Amino acid sequence: MENQAPETPRASMDVDIVCVGFGPATAAFLTHLSRALVDENGQPLADSKAMPGMPPQVICYERADDISFGVSGIVTKGRAIKASFPDLDLSQIPMAAPVTEEKVVYLQDPIGASRKGSGMKAFEKILGLTAKKDAQGMELPFIPDFLAKHEGFVMSMGQFQQWVGSQVMGSGLVQVWPGSPVAEPLVEGKAVKGVRLADQGVDKQGEPDAAYMPGMDIHAQLTVLGDGPYGPVGRQLDRKIGTPDGHHARDWAVGMKMVVELPQGCELKPGTVLHTIGYPEPEIFGFLYVYPDNIASLGIFVPSWFDSPVRTAYRYLQHWMMHPYLWRYLEGGTMRSWGAKSLQESGKRGEPFLVGDGYARIGEGSGSTNVLTNSGVDEAWATGSMLAEAVIELMREGKEFTKENLEQTYVKRRRESWVEKESTMAGKARDGFQKGVLQGFIGTGMTGFTKGKLSWPSQIKKPYERIPTLEKYYEGRIPADEIESIRQETQTKGLPLHNALMTRAGWPEIPYDGQLLVSHQDALLMGGKVQAAPGYADHVRFVRPETCEKCRERVCIEACSGQAIMSNPDGGVPVFDREKCIHCGACLWNCSKAHPTDPERTNVDFKAGSGGLHSVEN
Amino acid sequence: MSYHIVVCGSIVPDPLQTLEPVTGPQGPALKNEMMLPAVLDPWAGHALYEAANLAKNVPDSKVWLVSLGPKAKLQQVMMNVAQKVPFELVVLDGPSGGFTEAEEVAAHLAKAIESIDGLDKSKLLLFGGWQSASRGTGAVMQIVGETLGIVDQFQGVDKLEPQADGSMQVKERMEGGSYLVSTLSAPPAVFGWATGTLPEPPNNPQVGMQNMRFIMPAIQKAQPAQVGAAGVEFKSVELPAQRRETRVVKDVPAADIAREIVDWIKG
Repeated sequence: MENQAPETPRASMDVDIVCVGFGPATAAFLTHLSRALVDENGQPLADSKAMPGMPPQVICYERADDISFGVSGIVTKGRAIKASFPDLDLSQIPMAAPVTEEKVVYLQDPIGASRKGSGMKAFEKILGLTAKKDAQGMELPFIPDFLAKHEGFVMSMGQFQQWVGSQVMGSGLVQVWPGSPVAEPLVEGKAVKGVRLADQGVDKQGEPDAAYMPGMDIHAQLTVLGDGPYGPVGRQLDRKIGTPDGHHARDWAVGMKMVVELPQGCELKPGTVLHTIGYPEPEIFGFLYVYPDNIASLGIFVPSWFDSPVRTAYRYLQHWMMHPYLWRYLEGGTMRSWGAKSLQESGKRGEPFLVGDGYARIGEGSGSTNVLTNSGVDEAWATGSMLAEAVIELMREGKEFTKENLEQTYVKRRRESWVEKESTMAGKARDGFQKGVLQGFIGTGMTGFTKGKLSWPSQIKKPYERIPTLEKYYEGRIPADEIESIRQETQTKGLPLHNALMTRAGWPEIPYDGQLLVSHQDALLMGGKVQAAPGYADHVRFVRPETCEKCRERVCIEACSGQAIMSNPDGGVPVFDREKCIHCGACLWNCSKAHPTDPERTNVDFKAGSGGLHSVEN
Repeated sequence: MSYHIVVCGSIVPDPLQTLEPVTGPQGPALKNEMMLPAVLDPWAGHALYEAANLAKNVPDSKVWLVSLGPKAKLQQVMMNVAQKVPFELVVLDGPSGGFTEAEEVAAHLAKAIESIDGLDKSKLLLFGGWQSASRGTGAVMQIVGETLGIVDQFQGVDKLEPQADGSMQVKERMEGGSYLVSTLSAPPAVFGWATGTLPEPPNNPQVGMQNMRFIMPAIQKAQPAQVGAAGVEFKSVELPAQRRETRVVKDVPAADIAREIVDWIKG
């Protein structure tokens, strides 16, 4: 029988507002919008243009298989969230608690394998004069105001999104459809007319296969892009219409975390917040938040300015957990869930065009994350709330969603908000890290204490420009010929390099206990419960394969959070396994080669895909 | 001939999750059950997709999904299921944990089916899972059928084919990979589905929009159904036995590893 697939027509559907991604920003947008779509007398705020006679039709498409598969353990002041829920009762949300204790801890190196320059060693000595020492950690005597979350709360993003989502959907006025990746925005000139959903029934390359169903075109008066820090739809829009002069997304981090059932008798109290610096490498920060019922969320951040070509988050996470300061609490605990996500840490500097004809940007992808206060969820929530207020105003007045109208309502609100004020202040807070960790700490302090007036001056390099060769990175520690033999050996076995190199550089093997210290593959099975729906194309692509064939760093393999990108035993381009991808987006910026035509991109392309993590506790 | 197909199907914890039985105030339960992600019971899923396919191919047929489960969880799961195939939802708000008496569950389901507006029993095909992933007994569908007075019942169904003369050919699973092929002259009948023959349909946003017109009102109109297991004493509750032995080995030939696994399986 001849394949009829290419003749399958692409269907389309009209709605009033379509949202991409159900993260905290979109959750806020839908929370506020759903409260206003119909008044107490049952009268709609406006007449639907897509379905005359009905209230406005509002739809959100979420890539993940459930609305609560987001990844983040959160500590937040929660100002915007509390404003949306004045009677917020944290006991109604599983895994949430008010902050009761907060510490910043500098972790000393108990192993001797960590890389510390002379500046950091001096910093450690000076810190030792004032800090309280405990189990090879030094507790800072005070937490700067700009970092403190004393009045805030800790929570699991998955549980929070589930709680909000059930209320939003319970209103019956908006629809949130999970398991629905959006392929691209529908752009005409500089106007956005809606979105196109991902094709189904295709092979890995996206070619029609059995049960081919072209992704539907969803036409909308307003497209709300809240698809997150590395949202493929937002990034495609940036490429089509450009970004503001001087703006770029060059600062990234991958946050990898676990939800852990603490051992019985653990003395950590709910609401305890620990921030760690200094170990396992000076560039890696850690966090531990304690929830009720002896559960904790913990993890590390591996930033794009950690100039290592073997920056694996997973093994570093295990070494971090085993630091004596933390291990005394964690030993005997059990991993309940595990996951990772990239953070877009350019903040205000990464802000795209917030609005245009027919579209608005909210959340982390709109540059709302604050890298001075280390806060993103509440800021994202605030942007969604502000857009909702703007949309309600425009609907009430019967105005179109034009660039001008959205600027006078949404952008105006945003520019006058605390989010704007604080993100402007934080704009250059982390620039010092471009020069070194110590300069980064000093620069952050300068920015924080002077409210943004001072910072450590530096040029922001593109992530791929920072990555040294393996030989350069291990200079003086592992000879080049030995690196080459390890390279050959791991390549033959189809393995990443980082484990062999880290072991050779002095990091001890991880003593697996089958509960908390498990292999990376076991973490996918036990903690991530990763799954991929059949019939979708590979969402990770190597733009120019011949570039990958010649690449000698292959940071994409080393940094892949799910071991989905692996070395090809036959040589050549790395292999991608969609079944293991947890959609953290790290491959997007963990590539040492520039895109063939766009210097702001790398040789890895990351699209919206289905599947990924299956945990609601992250 | 057209059919009125009623599918009984509820939700279960996502099978990927780690489940832990605990003893709660009401008896046995799963730890953090309300926090776990839920999915449509896989057995019921097969029944629903087969029902939709049959309705699509037989003009004027209609599909209802009758679901007994916690309202909020059902709503969340329906956002995934509703994109797959057209159906009208009937919701009973109650526990779906599986530590319930099949007879109580069946009584509530039968009552809900009896009260479906416009349901023609002479066209009724009652679909459901032959088994359930929620610690079910495999008895619910049979009891629902009996309560509704339906005597023709088929369990372990993999195929159902309408014939030109109005009859239906049914393939039921037997021992040893064999099938029992029967002919049903006319509805009503009960079909407890095994896995059927159809893959999960792709997501179709238009189907989703169409279903939403019924889903939200159905959830808002949900009748409480406090099913339990009064009078039943659970002696013990345990998960199917699993052995997990992590051992790190190096430089062992694949053949030796394979041999060790085979020896382990042999016990």
